[in-house]
Amino acid sequence: MPVNSSDDNPEKARRFRDAALPHLDDVYTLARYLLRDAADAEDAVQECYLRALRHFDSYRGPAMKPWLFAILRNVCRAEFARRASSPTAPIDDVPDDAEQTPLWHEAQETPEAQMLRRWDSTTIGRLVAALAEPFRETLVLREIHDLSYREIADIVGAPVGTVMSRLARARAMLRSAWMAEEEQPK
Amino acid sequence: MTCDEAEILLHALIDGELDAGHARAVEDHIAGCPRCAAQLRAYREMSKIIAGADVRYKAPLELRRRIEASLPQPKQAPSRRAVLRGFAMGSAVSAIAATGLVAIILRSDDEARIESEVVSAHLRSLQAGHLTDVLSTDQHTVKPWFNGKLDVAPPVIDLTAQGFTLIGGRLDYVDTRPIGAIVYRRRAHVINLFVAQTASAERRAAKIETIQGFNIRRWSERGLNYWAVSDLAADELAEFGEKFEASMKTGTAG
Repeated sequence: MPVNSSDDNPEKARRFRDAALPHLDDVYTLARYLLRDAADAEDAVQECYLRALRHFDSYRGPAMKPWLFAILRNVCRAEFARRASSPTAPIDDVPDDAEQTPLWHEAQETPEAQMLRRWDSTTIGRLVAALAEPFRETLVLREIHDLSYREIADIVGAPVGTVMSRLARARAMLRSAWMAEEEQPK
Repeated sequence: MTCDEAEILLHALIDGELDAGHARAVEDHIAGCPRCAAQLRAYREMSKIIAGADVRYKAPLELRRRIEASLPQPKQAPSRRAVLRGFAMGSAVSAIAATGLVAIILRSDDEARIESEVVSAHLRSLQAGHLTDVLSTDQHTVKPWFNGKLDVAPPVIDLTAQGFTLIGGRLDYVDTRPIGAIVYRRRAHVINLFVAQTASAERRAAKIETIQGFNIRRWSERGLNYWAVSDLAADELAEFGEKFEASMKTGTAG
């Protein structure tokens, strides 16, 4: 390795800063929804930016935000693996057949004509955060970060068709949680 | 199209992901199926509510600082090139070089680079929506806004009475470090006043230079470096700097 490592190049650091730091709030938001813990999210975002800087030389676009998201997702998966191997902190279980369960399991229970209540932002955030993976991830990337199916597919490494069916499931799950929330006393 | 198919595809319709042919097929199905039509309405409504809700998080300032601190910083030690130049001068003068000469060489190298960065920052600020983070003509609003964002509190002075209207403040980056920018306006001309801490407390008299058609007035006072950048004529920018320095002396900084 040359003495003057490219990581020490201030010009590269400046370009990286200009390109990547404006997305910090977005990356942090995704981390909060993926990890559901503020301290873990901060650590993951910091690690994400370190990795991004290391790979900045090979970054060819097209867009900075999805690129950062993909890196963040890898960091979070490593965090999940760590949690899974820790006996005290189990990750939430996602049954293997979750994606195969027919849609109407959720949809059928909700009255079709019923209007959706306009929950406050805190409640909506909580309902979204309560969704199981991989539906939460897909829904957050689409509804909160406004990414296209193609961009989401590239980030999560799944075909576009899978993204579409996960999103359909995610919205059905969110909608029934949304309705169930209404039944609780105020 | 069956309801099972439509149940999935209506999401792609909501998200504008369907080509014209598929979109028409889904719409045709929905036109004849009240159940799927109700679903489409509900999901569309839900997306709209989420889009309008405040469900994003703001990265804590501490995290932003940690990330910035972990990025490569400009070297504190003299650059290799400058050190080599120092050696080239020979050991006899290296003692002098260490004290003054190298510092001067470094300074002129660094200064030219920083000044060109200051001009870039000025240009960036003129793009739509980039001029101010805090928009206020009140120095008592602008000054506290910088608290906690920088290691140094830039002096914010209202020069409206002297013909330079304070319009706000902004956090910018120069020399890979966050820097405070105080924004003034004279007629249609924007003046960015960049303020950064300096290790040296010595006073340096103002100097005006022209880079890429912009005038820069640079001076140092009480441990702070100042760069005023504008497309104003050099004499008017000089007037701005003089008025600013005079107000600093009389202690009207907010």
